Amino acid sequence: MLDPARYVELLRLYADYAAVLDAGDWNRWPDYFTDPCSYVLQPRENHDRGLPLATMAFESRGMLKDRAYGISQTLFHDPYYQRHVVGVPRVLRLDGDDIHAETNYAVFRTKPSEFSTVFNVGRTIDVVRPTPEGLRFASRRIVFDSELIPNSIIYPL
Amino acid sequence: MNAPVPEWQGEGSSRIPFWAYTRDDLYQRELERFFYNGHWCYVGLEAEVPNPGDFLRTAIGERSVILVRDKDGALCVVENRCAHRGMRFCRERSGNRADFTCPYHQWNYSLKGDLQGVPFRRGVRQDGVVQGGMPADFNPAEHGLTKLEVAARGGVVFASFDPDVEPFEQFVGPEVLPWFDRLFNGRKLVLLGHSRQRIPGNWKLMQENIKDPYHPGLLHTWFVTFGLWRADNRARLQMDRHHRHAAMISTRGNAGRAGEATSGVSSFKAAMTLNDDRFLDVVPEAWWNGPSAVMTTIFPSLILQQQVNSVSTRHIQPRGPDSFDFVWTHFGFDDDTPEMTRRRLRQANLFGPAGFVSADDGEVIESSQQSFRADDRASTLAELGGRAVEDTDHMVSETLIRGMYRYWRGVMEV
Repeated sequence: MLDPARYVELLRLYADYAAVLDAGDWNRWPDYFTDPCSYVLQPRENHDRGLPLATMAFESRGMLKDRAYGISQTLFHDPYYQRHVVGVPRVLRLDGDDIHAETNYAVFRTKPSEFSTVFNVGRTIDVVRPTPEGLRFASRRIVFDSELIPNSIIYPL
Repeated sequence: MNAPVPEWQGEGSSRIPFWAYTRDDLYQRELERFFYNGHWCYVGLEAEVPNPGDFLRTAIGERSVILVRDKDGALCVVENRCAHRGMRFCRERSGNRADFTCPYHQWNYSLKGDLQGVPFRRGVRQDGVVQGGMPADFNPAEHGLTKLEVAARGGVVFASFDPDVEPFEQFVGPEVLPWFDRLFNGRKLVLLGHSRQRIPGNWKLMQENIKDPYHPGLLHTWFVTFGLWRADNRARLQMDRHHRHAAMISTRGNAGRAGEATSGVSSFKAAMTLNDDRFLDVVPEAWWNGPSAVMTTIFPSLILQQQVNSVSTRHIQPRGPDSFDFVWTHFGFDDDTPEMTRRRLRQANLFGPAGFVSADDGEVIESSQQSFRADDRASTLAELGGRAVEDTDHMVSETLIRGMYRYWRGVMEV
């Protein structure tokens, strides 16, 4: 059983993480992870069949920083807004200080001059670790139900 | 209704009219002449159906087909269309079956596609009288699933609806087949997984993307900055005799600044270094025999990728003139060490729908199609390296695009 104060901290982590992404503040995104870490964005099809291929798979804050740089400096793309709607975290178990939790999420995408559309839907499978800076993701596996990516995914989820 | 197809202006194939990418009548003709006749289309890897009864639902053009391994181990491809009422009966993407049954009226087929069971075929006895049933001359042998021609080479499976299609090796041709065999040299393939994206653009634009060695060193910062693919790499462009298939063969050269290949190239970033260079932990492999990247187009449905240690098939599944699904199958080889598997997976971050270099290919295709759709009277220009169709020993050329459209014009009678 997670004590209520820790659970509130966990809620704050999820809320802040989504806020940073929805603000497009890519340089702050790596701050929400330990180093090393694991960030995996993966189709459910691969996850369910135990196949390792991911859409993005990063293992360190350095890799996350390289992605953030790529978004702003190296990848040509149509700009868009993201809006995360994240469900209440479901704490599965505690492993020492680590919190194993899952959330459901939907991300909407809005391109310039276009309607908002459902972009990506799925669940996150997380290991959250206390650090001197607060709770951080040691591992985030984002498993999306969406069978097709609408052209591309540029920004992290 | 469409107006008649306009006349192609000029003799060659270096100016491609926008209407080649937008007209539904031409698109339907493309499906008939490229996807359903005269060509081998990709369906999957043998590694996806390793055991008897394993099946994989996939597509050729817009038609749904099933790749299945029969009880005797043979690879079969049948159309996912019940011979009774036309239902697309197979709904799962993959699995294992002893036979196929359409849920609508329970017509039952062997894995090879032979009709083996028709409920109430001989009628139903009621009060001593047989009611209904199929006509006496109903012959199950005539009502199997559509069975496709199948060719497997090096663990890759192709199929064709056309019973008269030429042998696969002849179809690919002696110029391009060695590049196919270099990647699929008989080693067992190990499936790493799939990526699927829908790109709102004409399917030919993706073929052109991999027949266009001009853009990688310009659009893709990672390629030019880290020397993976750019204009001063040692390179060859090679086509089959019909100019429909091609291989772009390149050997990684300089990273950093070097003459014309980088000067004035805004995507080149001399000072860029990776925070974590494991993304590019490239280890040369013996089977490369030199080239660090070979990108092969097998017209109309397939792209084969070897970019350093990342290898994949990319399957084009058109969905109307303005859209196609693009399915990536990443794999490795059964003699890969765990370190090599990890390396292939790390480098996979460069490719696919979110890839450091591939995500923007889909983006530029979408942006191009928007122009084509808005006004189809203009044309694209593919004249780098001249207007001829010829193999080259460098990559500063759009000859492969010209070759493809020479072939396209001939088959399409445009």
